[in-house]
This record gives sequence, structure tokens and C-alpha cells, in this order.
Amino acid sequence: MTNVSVMTFNILSVLPILVLAGFGMIVLFVDILFSKRLGDKNILAYLSLAGIIIAAIVSRGTTPIALYSFNETFVIDNYSLFFNFIFLLSTGLVILISHQYMKRENINYGEYYALILFSTIGMMLMASGADLLNIYIGLEVMSISIYVLTGLKRSKLTSNEASLKYFLLGAFATGFLLYGVSIIYGATGSFNLKEIADFLINKGDVTGPFVYLGVGLIIIGLGFKVASVPFHAWVPDVYEGAPTAVTAFMSVGPKAAAFAAFIRILMTAFGSTHYEWQKIVYVLAILTMTVGNVVAVAQTNIKRMLAYSSIAHAGYLLVALVAANTLGVSGMLFYLLTYVFMNIGVFAIVIILSQRNDGFMQINDYAGLGYKHPLLAIAMTLFLLSMAGIPPTAGFIGKFYIFSAAIKSGYIGLAVIGMINSVISVYYYLRVTVVMYMQEPVREFYPLTISPFIVAAVVISVIGTLHLGIFPSKIMELVQQSILTMR
Amino acid sequence: MEAYLFYIMAAVAVVSAVYLIFEKNPVYSILYLVMILISIAVLYLLLGAQFIAAVQIIVYAGAIMVLFLFVVMLLNLSAKEELKDALSFQKIPAIVMGIVLLSAIGIILRSKIPLGKQGEYTSAYVHDVGNTQLIGKLLFTKYLLPFEITSILLFIAAIGAIILAKRK
Repeated sequence: MTNVSVMTFNILSVLPILVLAGFGMIVLFVDILFSKRLGDKNILAYLSLAGIIIAAIVSRGTTPIALYSFNETFVIDNYSLFFNFIFLLSTGLVILISHQYMKRENINYGEYYALILFSTIGMMLMASGADLLNIYIGLEVMSISIYVLTGLKRSKLTSNEASLKYFLLGAFATGFLLYGVSIIYGATGSFNLKEIADFLINKGDVTGPFVYLGVGLIIIGLGFKVASVPFHAWVPDVYEGAPTAVTAFMSVGPKAAAFAAFIRILMTAFGSTHYEWQKIVYVLAILTMTVGNVVAVAQTNIKRMLAYSSIAHAGYLLVALVAANTLGVSGMLFYLLTYVFMNIGVFAIVIILSQRNDGFMQINDYAGLGYKHPLLAIAMTLFLLSMAGIPPTAGFIGKFYIFSAAIKSGYIGLAVIGMINSVISVYYYLRVTVVMYMQEPVREFYPLTISPFIVAAVVISVIGTLHLGIFPSKIMELVQQSILTMR
Repeated sequence: MEAYLFYIMAAVAVVSAVYLIFEKNPVYSILYLVMILISIAVLYLLLGAQFIAAVQIIVYAGAIMVLFLFVVMLLNLSAKEELKDALSFQKIPAIVMGIVLLSAIGIILRSKIPLGKQGEYTSAYVHDVGNTQLIGKLLFTKYLLPFEITSILLFIAAIGAIILAKRK
């Protein structure tokens, strides 16, 4: 018999995860037990929102030092708390915009809300994992929920195709990540990020190429999840085929979670070898920005255009990772928060204007919107300007921080390429605005049914986009605080 | 003796993997996959990981392969229906790039023999404590959180299977 020593674990540190898991189960049980009496299942949306709010309350605030628990495999620091806020905000907004959509598409299953909550658990685990094993399990929890959500519309062939494609390619990419993790374990003898860092600083020269091979494989696995070129082939088809609310979900939260893991793994564990991985990320950043923006110009379907724009945004965020300084990381965190507001805002308006079975998804269908629904057109214009990075919106501030971080680290060429790409992106974002205001309508704008939920989501997104653009200093302070405790 | 067994089993695994890809009949492909899994189980035994080897045989070679065979037989695939290769122009560049990659890895590995770190779980230690006991101890102490989260993962998989497969 062996002696089993009881380890230190702090159940409070995983309280947000427990809350979300509990509410996910409650949603499922309520759905099954009261399915006859529920009617339109509003209560499930309320319950999920309540879970999100309670989880946000228990994970609010800041902490002066990093708190490790579960034998140093799980960490609560300001960085993970900030990411928890991003995940909960994006999930909450997605629940607001999906409520009406799910009913309209006739896929209003209770499992939808449960899976979204479970997926958020995976994201939180990725941001708080201090151990490669935890990050890997978090990634799986997040991804498998999204594979299922993508195929939720069973009667639609493109939805099935998107789900299968995402599942097969995603499993393949996860294989790369896991192979990288196992090689790193072989080279350094640990899964723990801090122990890996210590080993590399003290005896890094003995492991040699193994570490580079492992880091390269981890970059491939996570690069797939953030949709960076050349691992982006799945993005357009999956974004187009998935139900629009799910597209909104997967374009924000999982991307933020993968970036959270990216920064923590590369900066904490492999900070001492950063001259090596910076070269890889440098090439990825240039490819991702350029391919995303150039191909987006040619798109006529708005969902596909947003898919390529999401690739391009991953490219800007990779620029911040290349810079790898304090300003770069804080710029990336700020940009991810603004991305939540502007991207979910755009998708909310796409949902309002589309019709059952993805009708009216072409950019030309937006012609004349400026006269028929001026408020919607103004909100859409604001979000698109923010994505293009035009002041006084939040997108401008985010890009400003990221590119100045790149210049500060000496990557002037990279910053110039990023700015040229921003200029290209203005073309396709403004094209939608031009169509909205300067062309005669080609479709009937029948009286739109707009639920108060989705209006709330649009209003929150508008306020967020403007507030972060005009008064960024307060959030910037919070962001800078959140990276102090990381290393 | 152990070294010879390693080379034999590694060769069996690699050759079976090649056959798995080039075999036209899906049932034969699955049988080659079983071969790979069993030879890898022997490699686990050589490393002193009896528990993992047994699980590999029971779960992969046993349960999952039976499931694979069921699916193939239900789909009633015949060898004659060959899949059309839509991207045949990729074949030659892929082979060239593969050779370049292999030689690059070979050059790097020859220039500097990489050494891993000796982990804390040496075969003497594992033998001392016991294989299964050690895995259980790790799962319920150090890796308790990932182990518990795996239950959510399985739950999601169950929900997903039901929601995607059930007919209206």
C-alpha cells in the first residue's frame, strides 16, 4: 500500500466552473421534466443567464498574488479573472442573441443552453490552467461542445457538413497539440508550466531540438483553434454552415480562450526560448492578416465575409503575441474585449435581418437598410467601423496598442504590414455601409420581429464599443494589472 | 532481448500503418489498425506500463475496433467503390515536402543528440509502488481536477450523440 497524502485544494478557486456546471445540469433537468409546460422555453434562457451572472459575481474582483490550487495545476490570477470576464460576457451576449433565433429556426433545444455553458467551462479551464494537461482537457471540453452545436440544425445539409468538417479537422489539430505536449513532457519531465520554465532556464541546452519540436506542434494545435493561416481552411465553411448564433459564439469565446492558452504557454513556460518561437508566430501573423483580408474582399455572403474578417483579426492578435512585451499582451487582452462587443453586435444584426433557413445572407440584401431601419443601420455601421479600426471606436484603440507594441519591440516591418492590412479591411467593411445607405433596396423589409433580448444585446454592444473607444484608460489599467501577476 | 523485441514490434507497427493506408478494403484496414494497437501495447509492456497495455488491448483493440467493424459492415462499403481523389495534383509536392521534412529532422537530430529529463517515475519506482496503484494515486491527488472535468467531457459527448442522432 502506498501512503496517499491529501493535497491542498481550494474548492473556492473553481467556484465559477462549478456554478456553470450546476446551471448546465439544471437547464437540462428543467427541460426534460417540464417540457410539456414550458411552451417557448424562455425559462431556459433566463436560467442560463442567471448562471452566467452568478458565475460573474463569484469570479469578480482582483487578486494581489497568483493563487495556485489543485497541486499547482490550476491558477487564479488577474489574468485568468480578466479572461473569465471575457468568456462570461461573450456567452451572456450570445444567449441574448440566440433566444429568438433558435425559436425561428425551430431548433430551440434545451441542450443548446447546456452545451454553451459547458463550453464556457472549457474556456475558463484553458485560461486558468497552470498545467498542460488542464489546458488540454479544457480545450477538449470547449471544442466538443462546439462540434455538437455546429451540427444542431440537423435538417440542413451545410450544417451537417460544417459539423463533420470541424470535428475531423479539429480532432486532427488536437492530435498535434497532444503530440507536442507529450514531447515537451519527455524533454522537460513535467506538465507544469512553471516547472517547464525552470527546467529550460537551468538546463535548457541539454534538451535541444525536442523543445522546439514540441513548441512547434503546440503552435500548430492552438493556431488551428484561433483560425490562423495556414490552419484556417475550416473557417469559412464552418462559419457559414453553423447556425448564426453558434457562429457568433465560436468566433469570440473559443478564439479568446485559445489566445489565453497561447499567451500563458508561450510566455510562462517557453519565455526563455522566445527568440525561437517568435519567428514562427511572425510568419503566421503576416500570413493570417494578409490572406484573411485579401480573400474577404471577394466575398458576397456576409457570414463568409465575417469568417475571413475573423481570420484577419486573429492575425492582428498574433502581431501582439510576436511583440511579446507587456504592451503587446495588454493590447491583446484589450483587443479581445473589444472584439467581443463588435463581433457579437454584427452577428446580432445579421440575425435580426436574416430569415428562416439563412435567407437574406447576401451583402446585397442589406441595400436600403439605412432608410427602412435607420437605427439598425447606424449600429451596424458603428460595429463595422470599429472592426476596420476607425476612431472613435474601440477597434481603433485596440489596433493602436497592438501596433505600437510591435514597434516598441522593434518589429516595424510587421506593424507596417498590419497597417496596410487595416487599410484593405476598410474596403470590405465600408462596402456593406455603402450598400446600406447608397443603394435601392432589392428585398422587402417586412416588419421585423425583434425580441427585447436581442435589442439588449445590440445596446450593450454599442455602449461597449463606444465606451472602450472613448474612455479606454480604465479598462487599460485593469488589463495592465491583470498581466502583472502572471509571471 | 528487450531491444530486439522493441525493434520487431516497432517495425510491425510501421508496416501495418502503411498497409492500413494503402489497403482498399475497409475491413482489412481495420484489421491492420488492430495490429498497430496490439504492437503498441507490447511497447507499453516493454516500458513497464502493464496497466496501460491492458487498457490499450481492452478498450482500443477490443471495444473501439468492434464498433469500427460494426459501422463498416452497416455502411456496406465494397472495395470497388473507390473514392475519387479530388486533389491528385497534391501528390508529388506532398511526397517531396515529406522527404524534405524527414531529412531536416534527421539532420537536426544528428547534429545534437537530444536528451530528455529523467522523470520521477523510473521503472524501479513503478515496480516498487505498483503500476495500477500509482496511476490511481496520481488521478486522485495531483490530477484530480482534470480527472473530474473529464466527467463533464463524457457528459457532453453523451448529450451530443443523443441530440445529433435522434430522429424527430
